Amino acid sequence: MPKISMTVNSKQVSATVEGRTLLVQLLRDTLRLTGTHVGCDTSQCGACVVHVDGEAVKSCTCLAASCEGAHVTTIEGLAQGGTLHPMQEAFREHHGLQCGYCTPGMIMAAVDLVNRKGFDLDEQLIRSELEGNICRCTGYHNIVKAIAAGAANMSAQPVARAAE
Amino acid sequence: MSANGIGASVRRKEDHRFITGKGSYTDDINREGQTHAYFLRSPHAHALIKRLDVAAARQAPGVVGIFTGDDLAADKVGGLICGWMIHNKDGSPMSAGAHPALAQGKVRYVGDHVAVIIAETYSQAKDAADLVEVDYDVLPACVDLASADSPGQPQIHDNAANNTVYNFHLGDKAATDAAFARAAHVTKLDLVNNRLVPNAMEPRAAIGDYNSGEDAFTLYTTSQNPHVARLILSAFIGLAPEHKLRVIAPDVGGGFGSKIFVYAEETVCVWAAKKVGRPVKWVADRTEEFLCVAHGRDHVTHAEMAMDEKGRILGLRVHTKANLGAYLSTFSSAVPTYLYAPLLSGQYDIPAIYAEVDALYTNTSPVDAYRGAGRPEATFVVERLVEVASRQLGQDPAQFRMRNFVKSWPHQTPVIMMYDAGDYAGTMRKALELADYKNFGKRKRESARKGMLRGIGFSAYIEACGIAPSAAVGSLGAGVGLWESAEVRVNPTGNVEVLTGSHSHGQGHETTFAQLVAGRLGIPIEQVSIVHGDTDKVQFGMGTYGSRSGAVGMSAIVKALDKIEAKAKKVAAFALEASEADIEFKDGRFSVAGTDKSLAFGEVALQAYIAHKFTGAQLEPGLKEGAFYDPTNFTFPAGVHICEVEIDTDTGVTQIAKWTAVDDFGTIINPMIVEGQVHGGIAQGIGQALIENAIYDKEGQLVTASFMDYGMPRAHDLPHLELGFNTTPAPSNPLGIKGCGEAGAIAAPPAVINAITDALGHEEIAMPATPQAVWKAMQKSAMKIAAE
Ligand code: FES
Ligand code: FES
Repeated sequence: MPKISMTVNSKQVSATVEGRTLLVQLLRDTLRLTGTHVGCDTSQCGACVVHVDGEAVKSCTCLAASCEGAHVTTIEGLAQGGTLHPMQEAFREHHGLQCGYCTPGMIMAAVDLVNRKGFDLDEQLIRSELEGNICRCTGYHNIVKAIAAGAANMSAQPVARAAE
Repeated sequence: MSANGIGASVRRKEDHRFITGKGSYTDDINREGQTHAYFLRSPHAHALIKRLDVAAARQAPGVVGIFTGDDLAADKVGGLICGWMIHNKDGSPMSAGAHPALAQGKVRYVGDHVAVIIAETYSQAKDAADLVEVDYDVLPACVDLASADSPGQPQIHDNAANNTVYNFHLGDKAATDAAFARAAHVTKLDLVNNRLVPNAMEPRAAIGDYNSGEDAFTLYTTSQNPHVARLILSAFIGLAPEHKLRVIAPDVGGGFGSKIFVYAEETVCVWAAKKVGRPVKWVADRTEEFLCVAHGRDHVTHAEMAMDEKGRILGLRVHTKANLGAYLSTFSSAVPTYLYAPLLSGQYDIPAIYAEVDALYTNTSPVDAYRGAGRPEATFVVERLVEVASRQLGQDPAQFRMRNFVKSWPHQTPVIMMYDAGDYAGTMRKALELADYKNFGKRKRESARKGMLRGIGFSAYIEACGIAPSAAVGSLGAGVGLWESAEVRVNPTGNVEVLTGSHSHGQGHETTFAQLVAGRLGIPIEQVSIVHGDTDKVQFGMGTYGSRSGAVGMSAIVKALDKIEAKAKKVAAFALEASEADIEFKDGRFSVAGTDKSLAFGEVALQAYIAHKFTGAQLEPGLKEGAFYDPTNFTFPAGVHICEVEIDTDTGVTQIAKWTAVDDFGTIINPMIVEGQVHGGIAQGIGQALIENAIYDKEGQLVTASFMDYGMPRAHDLPHLELGFNTTPAPSNPLGIKGCGEAGAIAAPPAVINAITDALGHEEIAMPATPQAVWKAMQKSAMKIAAE
C-alpha cells in the first residue's frame, strides 16, 4: 500500500492507503474532513469539489496517490482565521443553500470560477459554468445570485484570493 | 415587525455549519468498531431464487457476516409495511403483497435486496458480494403500466389478481354522468404523468448500533420523520421495543418525500448490528439510489371535462392508472387516492366530479410520495384540461379560469375538501400584471422575427397541505394521526430550547421556528435553539412532508408558548408581588399594569427555577411546557404560475423565457426562505416537464440510472424566476400559515406544457418535452399547417 504525503488546508499530512483510494476517501475517511461530500458515482454532481494546487478538482475522480506532494484546499480550509471567505459569506447572505449537501462543492467551484473568469460574472456565464455542480434544493436561482455577489466581494478583498 | 420576528428575511442560523463544512450528515458519523454493509441486489426485474449460496463469500477477506431473507425470517423480523389502508369500490381492502426486507424466494424489481454482506471495509463487502452464488429462474417481467392489469400479464404478487392493488373511486358518478349528459362541450385528454427519481443530493444512508449492556439499539438515518421510522421499526417490523430503539436523523441532505419511508436497508442495518455485535454502516451510491429509492408520479390518465355553452364547467370525469411499483412503500397507497382525487376540483367551482384510480403493481422500484405527491398529478390533469378547453372554445385561458374560479369561501368541493380561504381571481390579476400578459403578443412577434416559436401557459394550482386533521385522515384509512408536537424549555438563564417533532432537511426550521419564538418572547434570536431529529430528545413527532411544518409544527410551538406565557405570568406575579391578573407581557418584559415595576423574560425564567418567591404549594417551579397540535382542517395554498417559452425551430430546444409566480401561502414567516422553497419546487417541476424521466426497458432494467442518463436539471436548464405573493391567512391555525414547500413542483409542469402546446399550436406532446420530442411535435405542427 502506497504512503502518500500532501498539504491539506496548509497542514502537512501523510497516510498509507490502498492504491485504489480516491482523494475524496482520503479526505473524508482518513483525515475526517467530512465537509467534502459524495453525491454520485459518475463524476457529475460536483459535491466533492476541492482545490488541488489552486484548481477545482472533483475529488471523487482522482486517486489519492496522484495528489502526492499537492496542495489541497477543502471547504474546511477556505475561511481564514475565523473570517469567512467572501464566497461563503455570499452563499449565506443570498440563501444559496438549503440542505447544504451540494454547498461545499458549489462554493469551491464558485471560487475557482472567479479565479478563472474574474470578478464580474454575468448570470448566463455562471449558469453555464455550473454544468458540473448539481443542486436539487435551490433551483440555482439564489446560487447564481450568491456567486455573482461573492465574486464582486472577492475583488474587494484580494487577500481572499491570494489565500488559495 | 421586529428585525428578527415573523415576516423578516432573517439569514439562516444553520448556514454557518454548512458553508464551513461542519454539517453532520449520516455518512459523516462513524461509530467505534463500525463495519460496512453492501447489499447484493437483483439484476433481474422478476425471478425466482432457486439457489442462494453464501459459503464462499463468507470466507472472503474481512467478511464479518452475510445474511439473507431466511435469516430475517428465522429471527421473525417482520416485512416492510404500507401505512394507509385503501378500500376498493366494493368496500373490500386493498391487496398488499408481502414485502420482506431481504427477498424470500422471489425478486420483483432490479435492485431488489437479495443478501447483505457485512465486512471490515466497504470494498471488502463489495468484493465478497461477487462470490455469492445465486441461481435465478428468470420470469417474464410486467413493466408497462397501461397494460399491467390486462389478463395474461406476469403476476407479481400471488394475492393481487391482475397486479391490482386496488380499484378506488371518489365522487358522485351519477351526478357526473348527468352533468356530461347536458354538456354543450366536452374536452377530452389522455395524459401521462412521467415517472421521476427524487434524487436528493445526499444519498440514503444508515448506521445500526447495538448496545448489549443496555440491550438497546441506535439508528442514525437519513429520515424526514425519525419517530415514525422508530414506530414502524418497532411496532410492525418488530426489531426492538420503542423505548429500546433510538432513531437519530442528523443533518439530512434533502428529502423531497423520498426519505419519509422505511426502507429495507435501515431495517437490516439495525437488525444486523446485534447479529455481528458491531455497528453496521450502509451508504447508498447514486446507482443504488436510482434503483431503489421510492420513485414519484407515474400515472396514465384519461380525463374529460364537461362545460355549458358559455364555458362554465359542469363536471369532471377522470380515470387514472397509478404505478405503485413492485411493493407498497410506506405511504404509497395514499398518494394516488387521497392526495390526488380530492384535489381534482382545482381552484374551480365544479358541481360534479367522479374519479377512478386503479393502482397497479409492476416490476419496477416502489413508487411513493415525491414533492407534491398526488397533487402535481391532479393539477396536471385539471390545468391541462382547462387550458385545452379554453382553446377549444376560443376563450382567453386566463378569463376562462377566472369565470370558473371559486369566488366565495368556505367552499365545499364534491371531493371531500372544504376550501376555507383564498382570493383566486386577485392572484390571477396580480400574476397577469407581473407577467406583462397584455404585451405577450408583441413578444411573440419579436420571437417570430428571430425564427423562434413563443408560447404562454398558465397553471392555477391548489394543494391541500397542513397535513392533517388526525380524525379526518383516520376515517380515510391512515394508520397514524398527523398532529405535531412541541416542547419549549426555558433555561434558568433565559435562553430557550424548542424541541419539535418536525424535521428540517433544508427547510430552515432552525431559523423560522426561532423567529417565531424570539418574536413571541421578546428575546434575541441567538438565544433560541431548535432541537429536532432525535427520538431520545424529542418525545414524539410526525416529521416533515406535505408542507406541514409551518402550519402544523409551528402551531404546536404556538400552543406551547401560550402555556409558557401563562406560567411565566404566575411566576412574575409572585416575584413582583402583584396579582396575576395585573401582569402584562410585552416586548420581552413582564410588568404590573399601571406601575413601573417589571421584570425581563430572563429574570422571570430565573425566578421560576430558584423558586424563592413562591412555595411548592402555590406553584410548581420550572418553566417548561409541551403541546400537541392537531389541525382542524387542511390548508389550501394556491397560486398562479405563468410560463413563457421560446422554442428554437431548428433544434426543438425549449428555453423558458419568463416565469411568473404569484402564490398565496397564508402568513409568511421568512420571505427569503419561502422564496427559496418556491424556486426549488419550480425547478423540480420544470425538470419534470422538460427533461426528467425514469425509463425502464421491456425487461425492467432502469435505463436512466445515473446522472449521465437521467435529466437532472442543471443551472443552465432553469430560468430567472419572478415571484409575488397574494396573502390570505389560513383560518384553521393560529399563525395563518398555509405552507409553501411543494407549490412550485405542483404548479410548474402544466404551466410549461401549456406554454409549449400554445407555441406548437396543438396538444400532442407528452412530458418530458425534450428537444427531440418538441422537434417531432413541430413536424406535426408543420404538417397540420400544410394540410390546412
Ligand atoms: S461525487 Fe464527485 S462529482 Fe459527484
Ligand atoms: S442545497 Fe440541497 S442540494 Fe443544494
